[in-house]
This record gives sequence, structure tokens and C-alpha cells, in this order.
Amino acid sequence: MAADTTPPAIQVEDLHKSFRIPKNRVDSLKERVVRPFAKREYHELHALDGVSFEINQGEFFGIVGRNGSGKSTLLKLLASIYRADAGRIRMAGRLAPFIELGVGFNPELTARENVVLNGVMVGLTPRETRERLDAVLEFAELTEFSNLKLKNYSSGMMVRLAFSVMMEADADILLIDEVLAVGDAAFQQKCADAFGEMKAAGKTIILVTHEMSAVERYCHRAMLIDGGKIQHLGDPGDVGRQYLQLNFERGVEEGGVAPTSGPADEVRLLDAWIEDASGNRVANVESGEPIRLRVELEALREGPGVGVGFILADADGVGVFQFGTGVEDENGEVASLRPGSRFTVRADVENLLTQGHYFVHCGVNRAQNQSVALYVHNALDFVVYAGLDTPNGMVDLPHEIETTVDRSGEK
Amino acid sequence: MSDLPVSHPRPHALREVKGPSALGGGARRFFDLLWLMAVTEFKRVYFGTVLGYLWSLMRPLMLFGVLLFVFTHVFKIGSEQAEFYPVLLLLGIVVYTFFQEATSNSVTAVVTQEDIVRKTQFPRLVIPLASVLTGLFNFGANLVVVVVFILAFGVEPTWTWLLFPVAILALLVFTIAVSMALSILYVRFRDVAIIWLVGAQVLFYFTPILYPIEALENHTYEHLLMINPLAPIFQQIRVWVLEPNAPTAAEAAGGWLHLLPALAIYLAICVFGVWTFNREAPKIAEDL
Repeated sequence: MAADTTPPAIQVEDLHKSFRIPKNRVDSLKERVVRPFAKREYHELHALDGVSFEINQGEFFGIVGRNGSGKSTLLKLLASIYRADAGRIRMAGRLAPFIELGVGFNPELTARENVVLNGVMVGLTPRETRERLDAVLEFAELTEFSNLKLKNYSSGMMVRLAFSVMMEADADILLIDEVLAVGDAAFQQKCADAFGEMKAAGKTIILVTHEMSAVERYCHRAMLIDGGKIQHLGDPGDVGRQYLQLNFERGVEEGGVAPTSGPADEVRLLDAWIEDASGNRVANVESGEPIRLRVELEALREGPGVGVGFILADADGVGVFQFGTGVEDENGEVASLRPGSRFTVRADVENLLTQGHYFVHCGVNRAQNQSVALYVHNALDFVVYAGLDTPNGMVDLPHEIETTVDRSGEK
Repeated sequence: MSDLPVSHPRPHALREVKGPSALGGGARRFFDLLWLMAVTEFKRVYFGTVLGYLWSLMRPLMLFGVLLFVFTHVFKIGSEQAEFYPVLLLLGIVVYTFFQEATSNSVTAVVTQEDIVRKTQFPRLVIPLASVLTGLFNFGANLVVVVVFILAFGVEPTWTWLLFPVAILALLVFTIAVSMALSILYVRFRDVAIIWLVGAQVLFYFTPILYPIEALENHTYEHLLMINPLAPIFQQIRVWVLEPNAPTAAEAAGGWLHLLPALAIYLAICVFGVWTFNREAPKIAEDL
């Protein structure tokens, strides 16, 4: 939508910001006076490490990132709350200098007084604010409570008031951090409409959120930021998927379980992985995409044929599904083991799993008596990621559902 | 909201964003915010409680009552040298209350307003200035009572009353500088609050408020006292408003040249306040 011909509203060039975190904080003058030359050690935290991007006027731009990714720092730099170490930010038009709703509200003052105060903070003159006062209160549906002190407001009312002030602020660029999750359904709809109006009025809006559905619903473009760097910039859908993937990859790295082998003098597990449609190994599977499980085994000594079985379990160790097969050769005959012979097992499993972390246990049975030749707990693990409307439960079973109403007995 | 004119996109020119500062965000917004913050705080104190105005008068009046008793009946110092000792005491206390209130409210002001500092683009200087301005409003309200006392005690109005605002201006500038330094230092050094609690108290006794300066009966002490930059201001207030015949600041200090140390300290504190505030203001959001 935002064509390349529209002028930029925000230009960010090679932005750097790091924080010096003192190893032992000196926060009294006394300490400073007593030990004036005590060496103060810091460790440097690079919150933003060379970020450049451009947002066009009239664009609805999403910024997505995990906690500690640098997105809040970026926002604070844009809002002139922090000063950049290096790099340049240029902006066209007036920015609403808020990164959170309701900042500066004084609980001891009435809604009316707070609206005026907040309006001035947003950059209106006191007179302009007073002119808009009624419109603000009306939009927030709080006209009858306008003389109530804010400390008597519910949090929902407070947010409505704050949102209304921001809507009336008439800024050209708005920074919005995680606000869409507040208010009841009716007010959320109102916010959505207001966003639509602002979009139509050509305002530039930057939305920072964890909520992918909001990004996909409202934004023209989005940016994924991680480790202080831009990981992806472009279509909101792509960004959303990458964000989820990033979240889960991190989860695996942190809580990953290495494959452990059982008593293996007969057969050993060489490798186990999941691949995508084109044969590349992947750590994650999108919900609905078949799980292409691949396992390689090697025989260590001579023996009769074996069967291979798998148990798929969820993160709590609860078995979800079990399946297996006898190891057969091309002719459909049970393959006997010889030292050095290798088997590859390929299983494509229809993916009815919901979003989550799953583990595969792998077992090898002797064909003769079903005794266990090998059992590998957590031979591999993977993550199923899904869009936003993930249903509850472990599996998403195909179903048909209908209702009937019998009105014959009505009185 | 559709009935309000929606501003249609105008082509804006790109402007550099310079980051936070003491004054940032435009002069008009700066003064609007300053005025609004000071007025709302003043209103909150005065109209928020039933006894609003009385409460704010209570503190200086109680202090006045106690000290008046102690110094006229117990120690019998004041009234021998100063013609209108009770009025002198009251005026001194009210003026000093302004200084003390404004500075001590400023100490924690930036930290109390942490939310605003960390989450909006807010001209940092507004915060201590608003505390001072609120203090100035209170001072104005208290001054009404002082004027009543002055007239009741039969002090002759003179043209030098017009110089009273000059003395207050000098005090105001000093108050602002001290407030700036304290509010910004407190962000990093939390013991500033305790230090200032003591400091303001000590300064009170080293300013000729409780006692007419002649009561020291020792010229060296008098000269030393005049190093305190507040002392000449209070001394001149006494001369200009109440007793044209009392020793002027220069006389008490032992000559104009002896006022130079006080002037130097005054200027140094002003420069330090502005300098340190300017230096720290862009960084405080990170330190909070």
C-alpha cells in the first residue's frame, strides 16, 4: 500500500545504543567521597547495534521482538527519551511523545484536569485541549465521570481515557506500545475503527507489540528485531512467522535434550532429524505441514530382523501417538542384520498437533520375540508452530460439527 | 471524533531528532507544561483539602509562634536590637520557608515523576521548575498574612518596599539553581535527600533570621556569616522592608569587598546547577 513514492516520515540510519551497567553500583555520595578513585567496572550491553530503516508517511508499521531484543530501546530513541550513541534519526512531522498510555495521569486529579494535562504533554496548547475536552470524554464514553478523581477509575476506564487523549492529539506520527490488549471488546472495536480512520487520514503509526494478530491485521509492513539488529523487514505475515520460529528455536536451545542411547551392542542410532518438503533439515514444523521424520540406524552385529517404533510425546512427557514398522528390504522381506548394514526409516506423519514442543523416542525390537534391542529416549525434538488462532488441546482433530434446535416443545 | 477537523497529510520536512534534553520539545510546550504542572499542584494542595490554605500557613505560623516566645521571653535577644522583631522573624521565616519548601520538594521531584521521564518525551527542566513555581505561589499566599502583620505593627511604608521583589528575584534564581542541582543529583545519589535535610536546617541558622545580625556582637562572626549567599539577601530584605536604619548587607559584612565571597559562591552554585542539570538531563531516563 505504502508506495515507494510517498515521502519518508522516519529515517533511521545506523543507530547504536549501548548501556553501561555498573558491576557494583555506587549510589551514594558518601561512597563517592570515601573512595573517590575506586575503579568502577561496567559491562557494556549493546541494546541496538546498527539499525537502519525507513518508514513512509501514512504507513502503519509494526515492530516485533522478544523481551530484551532492543525494540523498547528503539522506541525510546524515537520518542526522544534516550539519546543515541551513534547514528541518526530524522522525522517529518510532529510525534506524539508517548510510548505508553496513561503516562502522567495524576490519580488525585479529575478526569477533566488530567485530560488537559495530558493533552499539553502530547503537544497541544491548553486552549486546544479544552476545546477538545468534550470530544475526548465522549469518545472514551466517560462524560458522566468527568469530574471523578482518577483514583476512583477502573483500569479499563483509565485506558479508555488515555487512548482517547492520544487519538485527539492530532500528531502526525504515533508510537503505540502494546495497547490493543486492553479494554472490553466493544472498546477494542472502537480502537480498531479509530486506527482505520487514522490510517485513512494518512497518519504514520508505529505499533510495537507481542501480538502477531494485531501486526497482521493492521500493519502494512513490519520489522523483526532481535539482539539489537534487524532480523527481517517486510511483509507482516513473514515477520510474524519468523518471530514465532525465533521464539521456539530459542526455547529449544535453552531446554534442549540431547539424544541418549540405551544399551546398544546390536543396533545403534546414527541420526534422527526432521526435514521439509525439499529435504532440508529443520527444527520446526508449521502446524498442518507433514512431519517428515528421518532416522538412520546401523547394525553392529549379525542377527535376525528388527522392527522400528516411535513414540511421539509432548513437552510434559505424555505420549501422543505411537507408530512403527518392521525393517524390510526392497522386496518386502524382513532384513536380517549384518555388521555395518544401515537402515533409513522415513515416516511422514500428518500433522494434527497444536503449537508446542514435542519429543520423539525411538525403539528397535527384535522381530523374533519382540524384545528390546535399543531404546533411545528423546531421539529428537521439534517444535510445531502455528498461526495465531491456535486451538486449545494437544491435537487438532478433523471434525464435523452441527447443531439442531427442536422448537416443537416451546411454550 | 469525526466531527473534528482531521488534518490531512501535509508533506513534512525531515528534521533531525536530537534526543532528550533539559528544555526539549519547544518553548511553548515547555511553558505550558510548567504553568499547568505548578498550578495543578498548587490547586491540589489548596483546594484538595478542607483546610488547604490554613495548612500551608500553619507551618510557618507555628514555627513563628514558638520562636517568638523563645526569643522574646526566654533568651530576650531579638527585641533589643530590632525594632519590629516579631515581624522581622515572621517575614524571615516565610521567605526562608519558600526556599526550603521549593528545594526540598525538588530533591525527589524527578524521581517521583519517574513515569513521565522514562515514558514520554518531557522537558526535564520543567520538573524542578514546577516545584519552585508551586513554592512561589505558596509564598505569595503566605505573604498576604505577613503584610497584615506588618501593617498591624505599624511599620511605615517606604519607597524601598519596591526593592523587595529584587531581593526575592535574587533568592528565586538561587532557589532554582539549587533545585536543579539537587533534583538531578538525587537520581544517582540517593543520600542527597538526607544531606539536604540537614543542609537546609544548618543554612537556616546561618542566616540572620532568628536573630538580628547585631545580636552576634562580634564583627568577625558577622563578617563570616555574610559569606552565606542567603545572608545578604535576608539582610537587605530587613533593611528595605522593615528597618531602614538596620545595618545593610555591606555594612554587616564590613565593606562591599567583603560581599564578594558570597557573590562568588552564589554565582558558582548557579553555574553548577545549570551545568550539572544540562549534563545529566539527557541521561536520566537510563539511570532511573
